[in-house]
Formats: sequence, C-alpha cells, structure tokens
Amino acid sequence: MSVEFDQKIHDTLADPKLQLAIYTSTARLKQNRINTVAAEVLPDYQELRSQANAIKKHSIENLDHYLEEFERNVTARGGKVVYCKDGTEVSDFVLTLAKERGARLIVKSKSMTTEEVDLNERLEHHGLESVETDLGEYILQLAHERPYHIVAPALHKTRYDVAEIFSQSLHVPNETVIENQTMLARRVLREKFLAADIGISGANFLVADSGAVVLIENEGNARLTTSAPKIHIAIAGIEKVIPRAQDLATFLKLLARSATGQLLSVYTSFLSGPRREGEIDGPDEFYVVLLDNGRTRLLPDKEKRQTLYCIRCGACLNTCPVYRKIGGHSFPWVYSGPIGAILTPQFMGVQHEPGLPFASSLCGACGEVCPVKIDIPKVLLDLRNEVQKAQTREKLNRWEKLAFRAFAWLMTHPRVYELAGRMAAAMAPSVDSRWISSVPPLMNLPPVRAWLSQRDLPPAPERSFREMWRQRR
Amino acid sequence: MTRDHILHRIRTALGRSAGQAVADPPPVRIRIAEVDREARVRSFTTRLEALAGKVYYVTTDAEARDLVASAIEGKTAVASNAPYLRECGITGIAGVETGITGRDELRERCAAAGVGITSADYALADTGSLVMLSTPREARLVSLLPPAHIAVVPVERLLTGLDELMSILPHPGDATSSMVLITGPSRTADIEQILVRGVHGPGQITVVLVG
Repeated sequence: MSVEFDQKIHDTLADPKLQLAIYTSTARLKQNRINTVAAEVLPDYQELRSQANAIKKHSIENLDHYLEEFERNVTARGGKVVYCKDGTEVSDFVLTLAKERGARLIVKSKSMTTEEVDLNERLEHHGLESVETDLGEYILQLAHERPYHIVAPALHKTRYDVAEIFSQSLHVPNETVIENQTMLARRVLREKFLAADIGISGANFLVADSGAVVLIENEGNARLTTSAPKIHIAIAGIEKVIPRAQDLATFLKLLARSATGQLLSVYTSFLSGPRREGEIDGPDEFYVVLLDNGRTRLLPDKEKRQTLYCIRCGACLNTCPVYRKIGGHSFPWVYSGPIGAILTPQFMGVQHEPGLPFASSLCGACGEVCPVKIDIPKVLLDLRNEVQKAQTREKLNRWEKLAFRAFAWLMTHPRVYELAGRMAAAMAPSVDSRWISSVPPLMNLPPVRAWLSQRDLPPAPERSFREMWRQRR
Repeated sequence: MTRDHILHRIRTALGRSAGQAVADPPPVRIRIAEVDREARVRSFTTRLEALAGKVYYVTTDAEARDLVASAIEGKTAVASNAPYLRECGITGIAGVETGITGRDELRERCAAAGVGITSADYALADTGSLVMLSTPREARLVSLLPPAHIAVVPVERLLTGLDELMSILPHPGDATSSMVLITGPSRTADIEQILVRGVHGPGQITVVLVG
C-alpha cells in the first residue's frame, strides 16, 4: 500500500464530519435501493439481473461487431462517430471542432468518462470555458475537486461548505439554505445553457441498432446540454454499447433502482443523430466519441473482462463496509468503492496502487447488489493474485514469502509448534494484553507496527488447548 | 488511424476477425401485463403524485381546456404545436403563445414563459412517466425551460409501462432524433441528500388525462 493511500484513509477515518456524511448518504441510497428491488415490488428482479448480465456478456464478447453497427447507424442518421485512444485524442478532437466553429463556451453534463481524462482541465488550458452543469459536479468544479461518489459526487460537502464555495467563486453573499443554493446555481447555469456553443455529455448506453445515445438524469441538465447548443458531443467508453433499443426494457428497470431507488430517473433521453428536418430545436451537429483509454486492456482475460459490464449505478459503493469508512477520495483514481478497486488496477496497471485490491473485506456485498451481476469479489481475488505475482517478479515480497514459508513449516511440524507455544506462554506476562508493545525491537519492525496499529495481540494462555485436551480426563 | 487500431485491438483480444458473424443475442425480454384503463389511470396518478406531480382525469376536451385556463391564470405560457392542444381549444386561451417554428424564437419564448404546455406521445402507467418525441409538433424546450410543465394527454395513449412502449416503438430513432421519458419534476439531492425540485427543468408537472 502506498503512503498516500494509507494517509488518505487515516485522514478520512479521523474526520467525524466526513464519517457522518458518508454514513448517512450511503445508508439512505442503500435503503432506497432495497425498497425498490424487494420481491414484493419487483418480483422478477433476479431474472432482470441475469438478463442484463447475459446482454452485457454478449455485447462485450462481440464488441467490435456492435461498435461497427452503432457507427453505421449514427452515420445513417447524420451523426459522426470518432474513436479516441486516450484523453489527448479526445481533447484534440473537441479543440479542433471548437476552433473550426468559433466556439468558446461549453456546457457539460455529468460523465465519469470525461473525469477519467480530465477533460475540463485540458479544454480550459486551451482557453475554452467548460462548465459542469450537474449541481454536484458544478460545486466540485468550483472547489477543484473530483467526484466523491459515482452518482452523488458531492456527498462529502455540507451546505456550509457549499455556501463558502459559492460565495468565494461566484462573489455572492453567504447562503446556507439548500433550496436557495440550488436556485442560485439554476440561475447561473441557465445563462450558460442559453449562451453555450457546444454541449458535452457522457452516455449511459449506446444502442447499436439505433445509433442512439441514452442519457439518464434527474436534474434536466443533460437534456439542456443536448438540446440547447447547436453542437452535441457525447463521450462514451467503448464498453457502453448494447445491441437493441428493446434491451432498455431490462436496463432501465435496474439502473435507477440500483442507483437511487427510483423506478425511473426523472429524465431518460434517447438521442439519435442531429435534429431532423422540421424539428424545431435540438443540435445541428451530433458526435459520439468512443473512448478506449485502457478498456481494450481488459478484454483478453475472460474472467476479468466482466468489469466492463458496469453501468455505474454506485450500488456497490453504498453497500461496501470499506467505502463507507474510507470514502471516495481515498481511492487513487476517479472510480471509488468496489468497482473502483477492480477498474483502476486494470486500467492503470496493478502497480499504480498495489494496495487497492486488498482494500476489501471480501464480504461479497458488492457482488450481491450489482445489477449486472459482476462477480466483484472474484475479480478482486484475481487481482490480488496478480499483485503478488508482480511483487514476486520484482522480489518485493521476499520477507513476506519467507515469513509464510516459516509459518507453513511451523504448522506442519506439531512438535515444534507445541514447543513454540510453550515458549511464548513462558515469555509473555499474561496480565498485559498488549505485551508485545513492551518489546521495542519487535515494535520497530514496520510490518509488525502496521499490523498492531489496528489490532491487539492477545497474550498466550498459560495452558494450550493441546495440554488441556491431554489432561481432559 | 485510431479507429482501425482500436477495432483491431478488440478483435485480437476477443479472438475475432473483421466482419465475423455473431451468435444471436439473448432474446429480448418484454413482459406486458393486461391492465384495464381505470387501473392504468389509478397507477399513473399514484406514481406521479408520489413524485409531487399533479394528475387530473377529465372526460371532455372542454374540461381539459378550462383546467388549463385556470392553472395558467396570470402567467405567460407557451404551447407546443401539437394538434391535440388545438383540438382541445387550449391554444386559444388568452396568454398562450403557440405556433412557433423558429428555433431562436422558441428558445427565447420558453426561457421567458412561466408555463410550457405540451401533449405527449404516450404515458406510462406503472412509473407515472410521459413519453415525448421531438417532432415539428413537439419541440424539446417547451417541456424543459419553463418552471412549470402541463401536459394534456388523451387517455388512450396511457400504456401499461416501459415494456409496452418498447414493443410499440422498437426503434424510437426511426421516428425522431430525441425521445425523452419524463418521470416527475426535475430534482436534485446533491447537497446533503436534501430533495429540491426544479433545479434545471420544471419544478412543477401537471398531467391532464382526457377521455
């Protein structure tokens, strides 16, 4: 585990305000989900999960086919598909288009994919104004932070934090009433929507048979982003493609329920191509950027490629006992929680943060709530295995290996084991449950210190179980 | 070229070759329950009102018009070009602007209006949703920019739910560049999980079912 990861975890654990915010927000989202997937209200929930899993599996196994079909249909509707391998190619595309059209102001709706490549920073570096319009994302953009949670990006901010951020960035009086803060954002962002040259959105689904981008949201900012400006650019990971519009009958029932406990989110937009002849509004130009950014690296492994089934509902975060303690910003990249723990190492390589696949209790809750049935615990184990292999290759875990070999030898030699037990009992003063802290040289070993910082080592009992067993009659 | 490079990487990883046929995807899962009209209206009303929307069920066009007239009294309103609104006499109500066909004019009017009045192509009983297809008759911004949205919908357009919609419109993109499902007023809970309505879209939504 890197020092930075460790430090962020400790900082989060030591902040009672943050602990409360994470706990209450995730508890509410978690309960909302449970209420809407319960057997009484959605008897075919498990069937829907299996269907969603089967469709995603089929789509990923034939990804090239469905991307080409998607591309053909977008083109047939007058739109354009652009493939990009990384963030530089995405920003180059947007910058070139903006230059050609004389565009200066961009409005953006929420998209984890654009977070991956720091799109706003790249565009602003080149003199464009790129404004996040989802309320949570807007707050974070003003605060220069990244999302804390996949669906509730600003869950770590209180109304007082927001008041401070707004008064500093927007030069308005301190306002701590949430309704008023929201309406203030509405007014500021409404002006941006009406003046923007380009709207950039993400995509929840790409529908191959329709050449359509599907967007799911509650605020209406994605609708405004894709309807008001004359140019719409959707930026999506290549794994978002599904075969048929009719598959939405499966996915839409799962996504909002799993994310926020709604039957459907307020707005579900199904967008295919620029506005048609006679349509009064909507964009004149429609682009879909298909981003790789490491995704093709996940494809060769038949087991681990299921990570790409993820529909970004955030249910695994809300249910995860680890996320609920260490929060979103402890994680080393934009994706947090259990899905982040399996996505990040595969996108960035396991060496990026070797501690990540181990930051789990393997309780299995994430796999149980996943609406597309990603076996997250299994993938975590595979990744742990990979980390160990890499460390063996680099000879980083020599001492650990030696210790485990010694342990194995001890456990397979009962006589020695018993002798060691008796020696430990004789050496340790049984009154002090933290006896090991009185042995300074041991405590100074970093692995021992790290282990004991969260645990007690109970004293050895005067009589071992074996002794008691022998004397039982 | 990035396109070919990415597709090549995908094919290599999956062990596929260019243009290779694919097995049939899993069969589509569509289940349409038989629900009579009264039950559909009840369900639609319950669902939308649970989200703080308002639902009226009237039998005649004249009743619908009177309802809308009293709802928009003292406010400015923009009505879409849906023929049904004209049939109901709603476009004739004083203070209602309609017949707008220019994009800039429409955007300006909608941004200034207090109420947007539309019809809807369908409504979904089991979720309380409106289904709106963007066409010369229905612009996108009428149901989006004003702080209040009123939709007047013939009750025969009320479907059981999403599955019935997707069986009637298996390819929504054939008919329009934009289909949107609207389920309740615009909302956010991004600050302290406190629900606030009307953040970017309309904070009030009223549906008048007619028939």
